[in-house]
Amino acid sequence: MEYVIEMLNIRKVFGTFVANDNITLQVKKGEIHALLGENGAGKSTLMNVLFGLYQPDGGEIRVKGNPVRITDPNVANDLGIGMVHQHFMLVDTFTVTENIILGSEPTRVGTIDMKRAEREVRELSERYGLAVDPTAKIADISVGMQQRVEILKTLYRGADILIFDEPTAVLTPQEIRELMQIMRTLVREGKSIILITHKLKEIMEVCDRVTVIRRGKGIATLNVAETNPNELAALMVGREVQFTTAKKPAEPGKPVLEIKDLVVKDARGIKAVNGLNLTVHAGEIVGIAGVDGNGQTELIEAITGLIKAESGTIRLNGRDITNLPPRKIIEAGVGHIPQDRHKHGLVLDFPIGENMVLQTYYQPPYSKRGLLNFQAIYEKARQLIREFDVRTPDEYTKARALSGGNQQKAIIGREVDRDPDLLIAAQPTRGLDVGAIEFIHKRLIEQRDRGKAVLLVSFELDEVMNVSDRIAVIYEGNIVAIVDPKETTEQELGLLMAGSKRKEAGVS
Amino acid sequence: MKSNRLQQFLIPLLAVLLGMIAGSIVMLASGYNPIAGFYALVYGAFGDTYYIGETIRQTTPYILTGLAVAFAFRTGLFNIGVEGQLIVGWLAAVWVGVSFDLPKIIHLPLALLAAALAGALWGLIPGVLKAYLKVHEVIITIMMNYIALHVTNAIIRSVLSDEGFKSKPVKESASLHSDFFDAITHHSTMHYGIFIAVAAAFVMWFLLERTTKGFELRAVGFNQHASQYAGMNVRANIILAMVISGAFAGVAGAMEGLGTFGNISTKAGFTGLGFDGIAVALIGGNNAFGILLSALLFGALKVGALEMPSSAGVPTELVDIIIALIIFFVASSYMIRWLLSRWQKGAE
Repeated sequence: MEYVIEMLNIRKVFGTFVANDNITLQVKKGEIHALLGENGAGKSTLMNVLFGLYQPDGGEIRVKGNPVRITDPNVANDLGIGMVHQHFMLVDTFTVTENIILGSEPTRVGTIDMKRAEREVRELSERYGLAVDPTAKIADISVGMQQRVEILKTLYRGADILIFDEPTAVLTPQEIRELMQIMRTLVREGKSIILITHKLKEIMEVCDRVTVIRRGKGIATLNVAETNPNELAALMVGREVQFTTAKKPAEPGKPVLEIKDLVVKDARGIKAVNGLNLTVHAGEIVGIAGVDGNGQTELIEAITGLIKAESGTIRLNGRDITNLPPRKIIEAGVGHIPQDRHKHGLVLDFPIGENMVLQTYYQPPYSKRGLLNFQAIYEKARQLIREFDVRTPDEYTKARALSGGNQQKAIIGREVDRDPDLLIAAQPTRGLDVGAIEFIHKRLIEQRDRGKAVLLVSFELDEVMNVSDRIAVIYEGNIVAIVDPKETTEQELGLLMAGSKRKEAGVS
Repeated sequence: MKSNRLQQFLIPLLAVLLGMIAGSIVMLASGYNPIAGFYALVYGAFGDTYYIGETIRQTTPYILTGLAVAFAFRTGLFNIGVEGQLIVGWLAAVWVGVSFDLPKIIHLPLALLAAALAGALWGLIPGVLKAYLKVHEVIITIMMNYIALHVTNAIIRSVLSDEGFKSKPVKESASLHSDFFDAITHHSTMHYGIFIAVAAAFVMWFLLERTTKGFELRAVGFNQHASQYAGMNVRANIILAMVISGAFAGVAGAMEGLGTFGNISTKAGFTGLGFDGIAVALIGGNNAFGILLSALLFGALKVGALEMPSSAGVPTELVDIIIALIIFFVASSYMIRWLLSRWQKGAE
């Protein structure tokens, strides 16, 4: 009995769309097995079949050698399959223990035996190296901690096979390292892990074997020790992929964005940006590196006029744009690829074509005498869809129906096409696969080469280091260091992001 | 696409049929003849020209209240205050109608405009409170309904009459009364207002789907964050949406004041036209053309039901239940479709 999980020739069809076309996935006991594929390749469908959320239209599932029918997630639980969801399913106002026991509470004469529950949770967390405080409220602990609670939930229910769905998407570099450690401990304790990801680095670092799927088909299963990121990327995308986008040295010109002593309060009234100074010149890309929640969001929203700055000035091409209404700032020449494309970037229920003129709809030729000129709008939409390779059935399709990568390409097309002097890109590649990332990085560098200023905010160090000409490290609402990406290391950046001073970073 | 169109058309028809079957069971169980009952309902709505006239007359305010609710809905707001906006519109129309002596070409439009402005004002208040203080429009509009009801009653008693319970009839020059419709529909109360209602449906469609402002209103309705990001003034759009919605409701009041009744009386309670407008809008899919059809359904049921007690002997209480059942099934077909579309979306 070599395999704990065998999914043999799994087929799943939605209407006429074949999401899984005879995919085979075999996971050995005690291994970390990566499931690699682009967005929309069929990874989630396959895992939902395994977890009992979808019924396969063909193929066979075996758990520990026995053929099984997994009709719903409870069956999966009983078979020892646990899922650590990408979007945590936790009750914020409950404690860690309450969340873990939710649905299978230990009882004593009709009341929850909280002492016993806490003891069990503590034992589990010690055994697997998942340090959490069983009595802490979910709302008060970090995202990394919350993920540990999700892991403990599956372990508490007796899972032997853990599915991790894109677990690192929400974590800081430090937390990612800790998670990797946890995964190794779990495997040492006899668990098996399926890791769904499109991040090649993680696979190389922590996985034993990898199964690559592309457009619903199983492409290959390889031993990680015998492969390399380039091969994996090529298998996943179906062509050769460049990891580091080639670029010539920056030729910075005059300052485009000048921020002086900026103070911005967040929704709770705390100074999220606290006396920040930053200048971005024409023809350069400044990358802002920092752990989520150090004022990046407030900084961008203050520049674009979405929230008011308390004090300080923001200048664009020498002109004061502090606290102007968003439209005035847009018209002054600011483009913004927002962090949350669903919340800010698109009106999902509008056709993708109408989303292409979201900021310019009131200007000619899109609007004439107060009436929309749909011919001009959709002509522009077709042009951008073509130029930016947005894969959509047509320009009348609702934005909601497009995949994340294509939504992002549409937004980038729209923002770049307005030809702004300053382009702000917040997490422009979040959740996208290598093919789309490469495309987007090229476009950002292209803007720079055309003499535009680009401000890139990203939680991915690779991205910041690869694309930026200068890196500004943000910590607690301040730029604490400006470094040259060619001269710094991931370790140094990590320390700076964690708040240690430059000099200390040098000696440690 | 084609089968989808067919589905769009068939589902409401099936729903009405299901409602009638359920109504039949109720009638059979209580010892009445369902065939006679439904014959009376249909006859009472479309049986001769008088009934057709009455049905169209009843449909007229339903179209406008439906449009008012739908307009707010399409822009992301829930206007429960259509009832109150209708009442103040009714009052304003009658007030202008009795107070001036002007040529018809000025007087009638002026009375309609007054109704629209009164309704708009009644929408403006919750709009401003929502936009600037984030007070939920549902609460304010409900309260505004009571204010409208009692303020108009007070004005009718003290200003428009001498401590009486109804105003003088509006002047001929402000009336929507139609001798032509009167003649061809055997003295039904049908009036020219139906043209205004149908035109209003066209206006709503045009405003939302074809104008630049409509683009903005719809964008704010779907996603305020993205609208703000794109440089739209979210607050101004919320207020404008409530104002326009209120104006539609105000004109609905003018239909009653200048057309059906020709005056305004003190009211013990709400007319129900505004609240029914919520159902009209939802069943019409918040779409101008759909609202014309669903308003006709409501108008026909309301008028036809009057015939059921007299010619089929079905008591009025039972008639209300049967009408409610039909509406229930039509409304749940909307629910079923909505659930279906949600489910399809979820599976993508």
